[in-house]
Amino acid sequence: MEYPALDSLAVDAIVAEGLEKRYGDVQALAGVSFRVRDGEFFGLLGPNGAGKSTTTRVLVTLTRPDAGRAAVAGHDVVREPERVRRSIGYVAQASGVDREATGRENLTLQGRVHGLRGRALRERVDELLSVFGLSAAADRVVRGYSGGMKRRLDVALGLVHRPQVLFLDEPTTGLDPEARTVMWDELERLAKVERLTILLTTHYLEEADRLTDRLAIVSRGRVVVEGTAEELKRDLRGDAVSVELADGRGEAAHAAVTALGSVLEAAVDGRILRARVVNGGAAVPGILAALEAAGVPVESVTLARPSLDDVYLHHTGHDFRSDDEAGLRA
Amino acid sequence: MPELAAQSWFMLQRQGRNLLRERVWVALLLIQPLVWLVLYSQLFTRITELGGFGTDDYLDFFLPGVVCMNAFFAGSWSGMATVTDLDRGVIERFLATPVRRSALVFSQVARAATQAGIQGSILIAIGLAIGADIAGGVIGGVAILVAGMLLAAGFSGISHALALIFRREATMIAAANFIALPLMFLSAILIARPLMPGWMQAVSRFNPVDWGVRAAREPALPGTDWLVVASYLGLLAGFTLLTAGFATWAFRAYQRTL
Repeated sequence: MEYPALDSLAVDAIVAEGLEKRYGDVQALAGVSFRVRDGEFFGLLGPNGAGKSTTTRVLVTLTRPDAGRAAVAGHDVVREPERVRRSIGYVAQASGVDREATGRENLTLQGRVHGLRGRALRERVDELLSVFGLSAAADRVVRGYSGGMKRRLDVALGLVHRPQVLFLDEPTTGLDPEARTVMWDELERLAKVERLTILLTTHYLEEADRLTDRLAIVSRGRVVVEGTAEELKRDLRGDAVSVELADGRGEAAHAAVTALGSVLEAAVDGRILRARVVNGGAAVPGILAALEAAGVPVESVTLARPSLDDVYLHHTGHDFRSDDEAGLRA
Repeated sequence: MPELAAQSWFMLQRQGRNLLRERVWVALLLIQPLVWLVLYSQLFTRITELGGFGTDDYLDFFLPGVVCMNAFFAGSWSGMATVTDLDRGVIERFLATPVRRSALVFSQVARAATQAGIQGSILIAIGLAIGADIAGGVIGGVAILVAGMLLAAGFSGISHALALIFRREATMIAAANFIALPLMFLSAILIARPLMPGWMQAVSRFNPVDWGVRAAREPALPGTDWLVVASYLGLLAGFTLLTAGFATWAFRAYQRTL
């Protein structure tokens, strides 16, 4: 893969080159490569099981890659893990908070582990508690926190020592929509206020679209495409047609639609048929006629500019949501 | 080294603080030694008539034994804390920080030793209150406590290593039970050594629990040979270092499987 030429003063905060990792029969990473520039909010977007978490675990020195190399904040993750650990904050997919301790105690210990002491530590802990809306609950045991509060504490723990690079592994998975919106606001503000490189992994297309400056789409242990969400969508010509089928005859619908010359690609997820066409207005009548001819009743049709769903479909040939559910079952 | 000590201390504080929040646990921790002491000493009151105990009063004989028993049980079970931390992702969070793996191990070992020290002090205090004698006086009492703390520390190293290898509560419970009771019966905790069958006496020589019993009972009964006390305490210290090393190795092995 070709990387864009970088400003000679800018040092890449994260470099991953050909990372491979195998667990038994499962090839979790099959050559992951990407670069994150200093100060960038970067997303690794992919369905469940695509290799996002494994990539993150290699970068934060928890796991050694079988092949390939990676550097974070200028330090090799295999040869200089100590230096990497001092430069990063890591918020794991599963919460790592100590549930029997208070929020303040959790933050204080994390700060001490990173060498903070005394007044500087107390002030930093107070600051983070207030930034993440946890001041009132600071001296309560975490066991009584809501899911959203616990997750915000997780993120705060990753920030105590003002790391250069913050890793957020699926920070909003499992949160209710309201808590997710709160978290998004926090993360957006964080990216603006602290001069920080952030690597976020997510399987929410909307999250990657909203938060990241640039993203890489990961599928089956590889990066399939990298760029800004806008670029990726713009590179797809045409429009996205989404057809809601009245019954579950997805295969028949798929066959009928892909036979049309105006359809660039199509995929079915349950009762939703997604297709990308050259010109939406001109193609929809043809699609509807083909479906009618195949005897597939249609509930509704929507036409839109391509979304990241379509980007994923285009680069992998699969439907994102189907892959996501398959990954969850695996 | 100061960094290692500081990190171990912070981790020890965390465990102590969390455990003190568990009121029921604290209550049981304080009451349990009393139950051991009373039940066993009552059950075996007349056993000294068989001879070989070095005293007529079973309580004098049993007090150092029960300190050791309690201590090595505490050590054997202490790995459960690591299983919980693994389950909750706490260990993983620490592994991505500069904290040393050995600090995580040392703090757990120190916690087990502290717990055994507190329980041992209670046992000795109650034992003295209900009429036990420690021939070696205050120094003898301290020696008994040190033997117990080293036993707890040594077995906690094994327990945390197993926790990192198995990572499952059910397996840990089975392993602790499997190890603890045979080791207790293969030592002179409950009865005098001459009353043990020959093969058991022979096996007990290699049992760290019995090293603790020897180190603790020698100063409790008349005719103390302090060289024996020092030798067995030294042996236990070596055992503790070895098992702490095993636990640190288990940490590295655990990380390779991630």
